[in-house]
Formats: sequence, C-alpha cells, structure tokens
Amino acid sequence: MDAQTTVTIVIDGREVEAQPGSMVIEAADAANIYIPRFCYHPKLSIAANCRMCLVEVEKAPKPLPACATPVSEGMIVQTRSATAVDAQQGTMEFLLINHPLDCPVCDQGGECPLQDQAMGYGQDSSRYQEDKRAKAPLDLGPLVATAMTRCIHCTRCVRFGREIAGTMELGATGRGEDMTIETYLDGSVDSEVSGNIIDLCPVGALTSKPYRFTARPWELFSHEGISPHDSLGTNITLQTAHQAVKRVVPRNNEEINECWISDRDRFAYEGAECDDRLTQPMIRRKEGLVQTSWEEALAETAAAMREAAEQDGSQLAALIHPMSSMEESFLLQKIMRGLGSDQIDHRLLQRDFSDDATAPAYPGLEVALSDIESLKGILLVGCNPRKEAPLLALRMRKMAEQGGVVGMLGSHVPELNFSVCASHAVKPADLPSAFGALARGAGVSDSIAAAASGHYGDPQGSELDGLLQVLSQAGGDGIILLGQGALNHPAAGTVRTIAGRLAEQTGMQLGVLSPANSAGAWWAGAVPHRTAEAKPAKTAGANASQMADLTVHTVLLYGLESSIDHSDPVRLEGMLDRAQRVVSFSAFRSAVSDQADIVLPIAPYTEFSGRYLNCNGVVQSANAALAPRGNSRPGWKVLRVLGNFLSLVDFDYDDLEQVGAELSCPPAVSMRSADGSGTVPVPAVDGSDAATAEDLFTLIAERSIYQADPIVRRSNALARTRDGSAEAFCRFHPGDLEAAGLSGVSQVQLVGQHHQATLQVTVDRGVVRGSVLVFVGSSTTAGFGSDSVVSVRPVT
Amino acid sequence: MSDPSEIRVCLPPEDATTPWTLSSYQERGGYQAWAEVLRNQTPREEIIETLKASGLRGRGGAGFPTGLKLSFMPRDAQGQKYIVCNSDESEPGTFKDRDILRFNPHQVIEGMALAGYAIGATVGFNYIRGEYYEPWQRFEAALAEARQAGLLGEDLKGSGIAFELHSQRGAGAYICGEETALLESLEGKKGLPRFKPPFPAQVGAFGKPTTINNTETLASIPPIIRNGAEWFSRIGVENSGGTKIYSVSGHVNRPGNYEVPMGIPFRDLLAMAGGVQDGRTLKAVIPGGSSVPVVPGDVIMECTMDYDGLSQVGSALGAGSVIVMDETTCMVEVLERISFFYFAESCGQCTPCREGTGWLYRMIRRIRTGEGTHEDLDRLKSVADRIEGRTICALGDAAAWPVQSFLKHFRHEFEAMIPRKDAA
Repeated sequence: MDAQTTVTIVIDGREVEAQPGSMVIEAADAANIYIPRFCYHPKLSIAANCRMCLVEVEKAPKPLPACATPVSEGMIVQTRSATAVDAQQGTMEFLLINHPLDCPVCDQGGECPLQDQAMGYGQDSSRYQEDKRAKAPLDLGPLVATAMTRCIHCTRCVRFGREIAGTMELGATGRGEDMTIETYLDGSVDSEVSGNIIDLCPVGALTSKPYRFTARPWELFSHEGISPHDSLGTNITLQTAHQAVKRVVPRNNEEINECWISDRDRFAYEGAECDDRLTQPMIRRKEGLVQTSWEEALAETAAAMREAAEQDGSQLAALIHPMSSMEESFLLQKIMRGLGSDQIDHRLLQRDFSDDATAPAYPGLEVALSDIESLKGILLVGCNPRKEAPLLALRMRKMAEQGGVVGMLGSHVPELNFSVCASHAVKPADLPSAFGALARGAGVSDSIAAAASGHYGDPQGSELDGLLQVLSQAGGDGIILLGQGALNHPAAGTVRTIAGRLAEQTGMQLGVLSPANSAGAWWAGAVPHRTAEAKPAKTAGANASQMADLTVHTVLLYGLESSIDHSDPVRLEGMLDRAQRVVSFSAFRSAVSDQADIVLPIAPYTEFSGRYLNCNGVVQSANAALAPRGNSRPGWKVLRVLGNFLSLVDFDYDDLEQVGAELSCPPAVSMRSADGSGTVPVPAVDGSDAATAEDLFTLIAERSIYQADPIVRRSNALARTRDGSAEAFCRFHPGDLEAAGLSGVSQVQLVGQHHQATLQVTVDRGVVRGSVLVFVGSSTTAGFGSDSVVSVRPVT
Repeated sequence: MSDPSEIRVCLPPEDATTPWTLSSYQERGGYQAWAEVLRNQTPREEIIETLKASGLRGRGGAGFPTGLKLSFMPRDAQGQKYIVCNSDESEPGTFKDRDILRFNPHQVIEGMALAGYAIGATVGFNYIRGEYYEPWQRFEAALAEARQAGLLGEDLKGSGIAFELHSQRGAGAYICGEETALLESLEGKKGLPRFKPPFPAQVGAFGKPTTINNTETLASIPPIIRNGAEWFSRIGVENSGGTKIYSVSGHVNRPGNYEVPMGIPFRDLLAMAGGVQDGRTLKAVIPGGSSVPVVPGDVIMECTMDYDGLSQVGSALGAGSVIVMDETTCMVEVLERISFFYFAESCGQCTPCREGTGWLYRMIRRIRTGEGTHEDLDRLKSVADRIEGRTICALGDAAAWPVQSFLKHFRHEFEAMIPRKDAA
C-alpha cells in the first residue's frame, strides 16, 4: 500500500496500514487480528448493534465498536485489554442470557459463530436466573427453517433483503426484548436469493429446511462445483455425507458470485438426489423397457447409429441439453461428426436461427460481471434477469442503486428488485419492429432497423421515448442485454442484429443471457453449423427447430425431457414417433421419452466432473461430489465408450483432462457479428397482431426459474416455493380481464391449436395488453410452446 | 402570584390571558428578532456568535453549548439543510416543553426560524410527543397564524429568505426523543438510534445536514437575539447562562414548572414548590429526569441547580426534571418502576440494552417481592456496569445510572428486602 494514501494505526501493539475512511475491524482483519463480531458483514451496511466488536481506543472514554469506528492516523487500539475484554465478555453474557444453551440439538451447532465465540468470550456458567425468552418459529416457506428463540437480532438477514436482494421481506418489529425478526403480516419469503440469509445468520435462527438435521458440519465433505443452472458459472461447494449431497453453499468468487448464490444454485441438488433417478440401462423389448447391461445397451445404440449413418449422416440427429458440461457436448458432437452427421444442437428453445452464419463464437456478456455495477445504464430486451440469472440481477441492482438507469423492452415487464426508469411492453410479434424503431430513434440508419421498425412511427415523443432517454443517459457506458424473450423469439435473428447495430451506434456493450452452459456447448461444437472451437461444419445440419420436422433413423436425446425441453414439443413428439430408434440419455426415469428404445442412465452434475464456460468466457471446473448412483455413469464416460463401440478414431481417453485438452481456451467474449459486413438476411417480420378475434389472446411463453432443466424441476423444496408453482398460473393484464368479462374469475381454460390446459388466473400489470403469459416448463403447459394464440374460457 | 425569583424567558408572563396567540406574543416583543433578520439580512455568523456568547446550553439533557452546535453545520454549503425541534419530551418527570408549546408556541417558531436561518436551513420540523395532543393543536394553530402573517414561507417580507416549518407527531416511543431515532421516525421509519459518526450535522434528516435542538433551547433564542447575549448570560451563573424551567414533581406541595435563573439553590427551588409535602422530611431527589443518578436529600439541599453544581454531586441537570421523594418512599419500589420504564422503552437494537434492561428489572422485582439474594445486589451493579457506555445511544446509560446510584446511596434498603437465611 502507498504510504501517502494510507493511515497507520496501532492494533495490539502492531503497526497496521489502513485505508482512510475504513473501519478498525477492516484494518484488523487485513492484519489477521481477530475481533469477535456478529452483526458486521463486509457486504452489508454497518449496523453496530451486536456490540461484540467493542475495543478500547486510546483517548475514547468508553469502548468503541471496531466495525463502526473509522481509522485515524496514530490511533491506538487494544482488542485484548482489560476494558476491551470486559466489554466483549459483557456482550457475550447478554447474548447468551436469552439464547438457548442447547447446541447439541441445534442445526447450527458445530459451525456457529455464537458457539465458537462463546468458547472464547463466554463464562462456564450463567449468572442469569430469570426465565428465558421464547419465540414461536416463523414460517418463511419451504427453503428457510426458523428457530426465532435463537435469534440474536443482528439484522444481517434484514439488511441482506433491504440492501442486496432488494426485497423488504424481513424486518424487525417490536422493541426491546420484544424485538422480533419477522415478515410483514406473516408473508412468506419469496426472493430467489433468500437462501443466503441461512449463510448470513450467525446463529441457528435461520437454517436450511431441506438440510437441517440430516448431517453435522463435521461429517460433511466439501467438493468444489459450478452451478450449471444459469450462464454465470456461480461457484458452489457441494457438501456430502453418507453417499448423498446434503447441501450446497457458496464459494467466494468476487469476479462472479461474490459470496452469494441463488436459491436455484443452492437447492437444485435435491433434484439430483430424488427417488426418480435412473440407475440401470434399459432397452425396449416386447413387454416394454426392461433393464439390461451397459454392454448390451451401448452395443444396441452403436448398431442403431451405424445403421443410420450407413444410409446417410442426415439419418442421425442429436439434441443435447445446454446444462451439459463442455466435455459432454464435445464428445457427443465428435461422435455425430465422426459418423458424418452435423445434426446436433443444444439450442432447444430457440426458434429463429437466421443469423447462425454470423453468430459469435459463443454467447455471453461483453461486460465482466464485476463491472456491471459501475455501468451507467442497461437496456433489457425480453429479459427478466431476476429469474434468468438471479445473481446478475443483484449486480444490476448495485448499478441502479448507484444511479445507473435501466430500461426494459419486452412482452412482459416483470417486477424487478431494482428501479426501472423506463419500460415498454409490446406484443411478441411487435418486438422486432419496436426494437427497430428504438434503434432508429437512437440514430441507427441501417436498413435492418428501418425495415424492422415497420409500422412503428417516429420513436421520438412516443412510448419509446423513455427508453431513448435511458440510452442517452447511459452515454455509451452501458450494456444491451438480450434475455429469453428475445433469444427464443420467432424473429430472434432480427432482434440480435438490431441489438448489434444499436450497440455499435451507441457505443454500448452487448450481452446475451443464454441458458445454462450454452456458451460451453457452442464452443464445444454442439451446434449444427460449427464444430468445436467455432470451426465451420462440413454440411449444414438441421438445427433444433428444423430437426423436429425431420424423419430420421436414429435420434439421440441427451439430458433433456423431450416433452418439455423444446420450443415446439408437439412437433418434436411427431419426429420421435417417426424415428426408428430413439436413444435417451437421462438421469431420471420420468424424463425418458415415451418413444425411447434405449435408455442410458447418466449422472447429474453432482456426480461427474466437468467444465463449464460462463458468460464472461471463463472456463471453470467442477468436481464430482459423489460416485454415480447405482449403475449410472458420468455422461462423458458413456460417450467415450460409445465412441469405442462405434470404432471411431481418437476415442481412447484415459481421463477427463485428455478430453478437455482437445478444446482450446476460448477467446474473450465478443458479441459482434462474425463477419461484420452487415449482410444478415432480415427475416420477414409480420408486425400484424395474430390475435384478431375477440376472445383470442396472444400467447407469451416463458420458462419459470425452477423449471429450467430436468434437475431443478425435480427439487421438492423449490417446487413448493411461489416461483415453483408458476406453471399453474396464467397471467393477464387486469384491463384485459375486465374487458373480457373475466374479472374475479379464478380459473380459465386456455385452448390453442395444439394444446389446451386449465390454469389459475393471476393479475400482472407487466403483461402486455391482449396477451396471456404462460409458463411452459411443466408437462401440463409445455404444449403451449407450439401455439401462438389461445382462446380463453372461464371455468366455473 | 409570581414568585420573586421567577424570571420568565421561555414561559409567557403569568398574567397573559391568551399568551399562545400571535397578537399576544407580538405585544411581548415577539417576532422582532425575526423581523430584524428579514429586514437586515443579519449575517449568519452574528447570530451564532451571539448564541455562543450567551452561554445557552442544550436544555434537552446533554447541555451541549447551543452556539457551538449550530456552528458545526456546513451553513454555506449548497443543498438542503434542516432544523429540527425535539418536542418528544418523554423522560419521566419532564413536562416543561408541554407548557412552552401550550402557552408560548410562537416563541418556538421564532426560535426555529432564527436557528434555521443561522444554519442555512429553509425547512424545519417540530417533532412533538404523540400524547401531546393539545400542545400540538396549539402549535399547529400558531403555525397557521405565522404563515398568515408572512412570517413563514417563501421570500418572507420580500427578503428573499425562505423558512417553512412543519410539525410531526410521535407515536409513543420514548426512544424517539433520542435525536437520531427521532430523525428515523421523522423519515417514517422505526425509531432506532443511528450510530455516530456520521453526526446529524453531516448526515441528518433525509440524509441532509441537520441540527436538532430541544424546545426550551430554541424558545430561548428569540429573547437572546432581542436582548443580547449579555442580558442572558447575566441571568445565570458562570458556565450556565440564562434561565431554566424546572419541572418539579413528587412529594412537594406545589408541583409544576418553575422558570428560574440557572444556579438557583435547590433549597430555594423546593421552597418555591411549597416545600416537602405534609411537612415530611426530604429523602432523595432525582434532579434531572428519571435517567440521572439519584441524590440523597441532605446532599442536594446544599446544591445549586446548574450543570456544574449537580455534576459535583455525581448527578446531572438533565432536562431539569426534579423528582422529590420524602421519607415515606421505598427506594426499591422507585427503582423497580424506573427500571421497568427503561426495559419497556429499550428499542432493542443493541445487545446490552435489549437484554440487560429486562435482566435489571427482573432482578429488582425479585428483590422487591422478597425473593432476592445478596448476590443479586452485586449482580445488579455488575449488569448495570456492563450496559453503561456500551450502547449506540444513551438509553443504556439512562437505564444503568439509576441502578448504580440507588445502590450506592440506598443499598441498605435493598438489603433489607432480602430474606435472611435464618428467618425461615
């Protein structure tokens, strides 16, 4: 540290350099001098309420809290003097008088700061002879268990909600001894990052409901993992005992997730641990699917694939779920291409592939996650960062709190946990034209923007004005971020092209929030037009959407639930019906397609090692936390042996590293078109409204946060949250409900051309008029992915 | 009949019939100081220097020199600043601000306007104790009159000076009398004291620089500006300028508010209040509100009522709330009541106060009901010592001081309540 910009203080006789304005506790931490604390947390505001960190400061008449005392030149601090120790012991005594002394039956026992510090600062027996305080537990929902009698009122959980998560779900009511941490009027905690309060709670007041009482911290083994559910590459630690994952906790990485993880990262392991696991290979016989050996299953798979390939490479097709590791994607595409087929895709939900030729090497964000908070503005297009990548939303919240502006364009303007300066909701069909008009308003003179803006008139002074102001306030120091609503749009290529032009024009950065490990799958070559490392493919294989129209000999389904994980499950169903052989690689019995002829049990992410490429181009390795259950195997090993069964060359890998070595490190993220010539074909954009008849509503299909992949879908705890039940509801603008005479109706039947279902009605002002928002991540609603309009009938 | 030693600075003359009206206040010279400021654009420094020279100290309890406090404000910096009046008078035994608001609301308004002008604040808030409904009504009526008369608002009397004033009622929490808890409450939040630094002069109401003064302090300002610093400082004694309203309650024949010069001998004050009730003997006095240490009767009879005089006997002037107790008083019961108050009013934010005040109260109750032990007495002292000076605000000290002082002076009464082991 530069002597001129620091101050020198003396802590316990040691000279310590500290930043001006920093607190004594920070200087002490940096110098490895431990000061006990409960309420202090480096990521939260200073509360100074626990009084555990009281230290003696020379010339101060009384002990001062180290967490709230700024350093000053020449300050002399004693953390272990008689005054300091008496103050610390006094606080410890006060904390313990009403705290149960029953650590052996508390879930926090063994990893409890209060327990640990009581060893250092507490007495061996209590002087307190009065009755202890007791509080009824709170019901905070399915994720966080409470024992409020244990609460020491440090307010870390309250401050987390208010400052980090942006949700005021917990607060402190009552005063004095009656002060209670609770929700307002018995509300539940529905934040998608609520699990972090479990880690923050320094006592056993807030614990993990799925985990508690199933293991003790000292019996847990920790394994470094990467959360595969979104594209951030969140660092997690999987903790196991008794051959099971018991819980998932954050692993600090300031560049990515800081010390937080989302509830999806934290509780999805329950899905991997569920009873629905597939543990034996199976094969279709007259009586149905029967258990078989790996040998036979792989031999049959190889035979079917060889038979198909002998006709033509195009007789083979493979769909792979984007949450697969880079090695899985790489090996699967290597097998396909070894057999002369380029028909492999992981972009299961995408509908428009018109800009494939010029697509960047892999999708991501041009801004580092840790730099998002210092941007001046963000334009979200068809994006709900809260549900798509919850920790990204926390970064955006920091930016918004520091004065950054946020604009939203999409068919659904969701409630975010930070303030949005301007938003504009359009029907799905109007998204390209509205976005084009916005780009034109921002000065893009490109023909694409002009063509796409179609019937949108002059954007100045229109409802796009607010978004234009966001762009101008960002002044080039911002990011345009495309989410699922844009990427899975029927004219996604146009939207992406406009985004590129707009970024060029405004000097803003560009980002695409692709699902799970999609970036890894791109780089590994799990796309039809490119092989590994973004090299052009030999033939133009069908993409994920086109495949659904094909009639092929053999189809491989890798890690996906075919009835849900596709943009058009009805069409895909037809394709599987027409195929002669369907091979399903699955971790779950119920995820296997009805048409599957051969079923290969692969391990979920908790049981194999692998690498993931995040949205910032960072490759990270995850370690297997457990041995694969039963006879299931890590997918990369299955593929490697399958390669041998097919007698493909270069499949004699001894270990995972050898697979990884075939993939070079990807270049930095750049979302600019690969050729840059601007000759992207503009798909015909139909700006007209599909839903013209009175009772027809335009359908907006979204994926809810806890139905994103087959694993998280099977987490019991997450399924019981409010977000977990999103699929049971359809959302309407209240004005539409009134206009359609549906006010007060609690259930409606939605009838489309391909699918129908009865859903409960929710009012949501963020849904664009004339539309209904449906979450299509469950088997009851997935079929709506094939529909674009529905009629709505009340159910009485 | 007014007592010869009474000098009314903050309270209106006793013979005024409707002293709370604008006309009555103006007849007494009210708003002259404010009108002069509006006319002459008196330099801000001049007002602050006058207040410094007057020796006026904060009447809310801490006794901080008022002029000095106002000088801490970044008065010439850009941006909104606030002046806040603390009328949340909630300390047991204190009822002086109630009478100032009821009988002399315009003087508070003028004082706030002058102080606000001195610190560059164009907006003021008077935070009035929730239970003070009638005083609040009087204050609101006075605000309306002052606005009507062009004494509050924008561009007053064409001076370009603006000052607007709002009142805000509390909701019944003692802690909101603590200045930073008051600010939280004013902002619409739960009344929890803030830790300092930053002090309100840097980050106060709504994050802006703010000065908070007690009602009596602010009401003292107009006469000082009108009559000069020397006039005021001469009324009191060295180091304690001006008059002080003593709220005398308890075992006296004539309880009430007495505005007298600082430094009046306690003996004289007691005489003004008609002496100890029914001719009984004085046992003890809590001279500054329930939080300050108790003083035995024989000691206080030799004391003068000012900051230094009371500090010399280990107590404090506080808000000048004199609670008189005669020989029939059970000191254990008194302490039980006082400690119950602080237990009930602790905000619960910091550990020592949240956990310790209840512990203190329960131990004292146990002693009072004859279930105490000798160990409890030492424990009481030790728990009080562990609260004192360890909390964010002074409520912890306020809960500890009575316990420490009652045990110091009246330990024998507590011991007498502890059953003897051989008694059974």
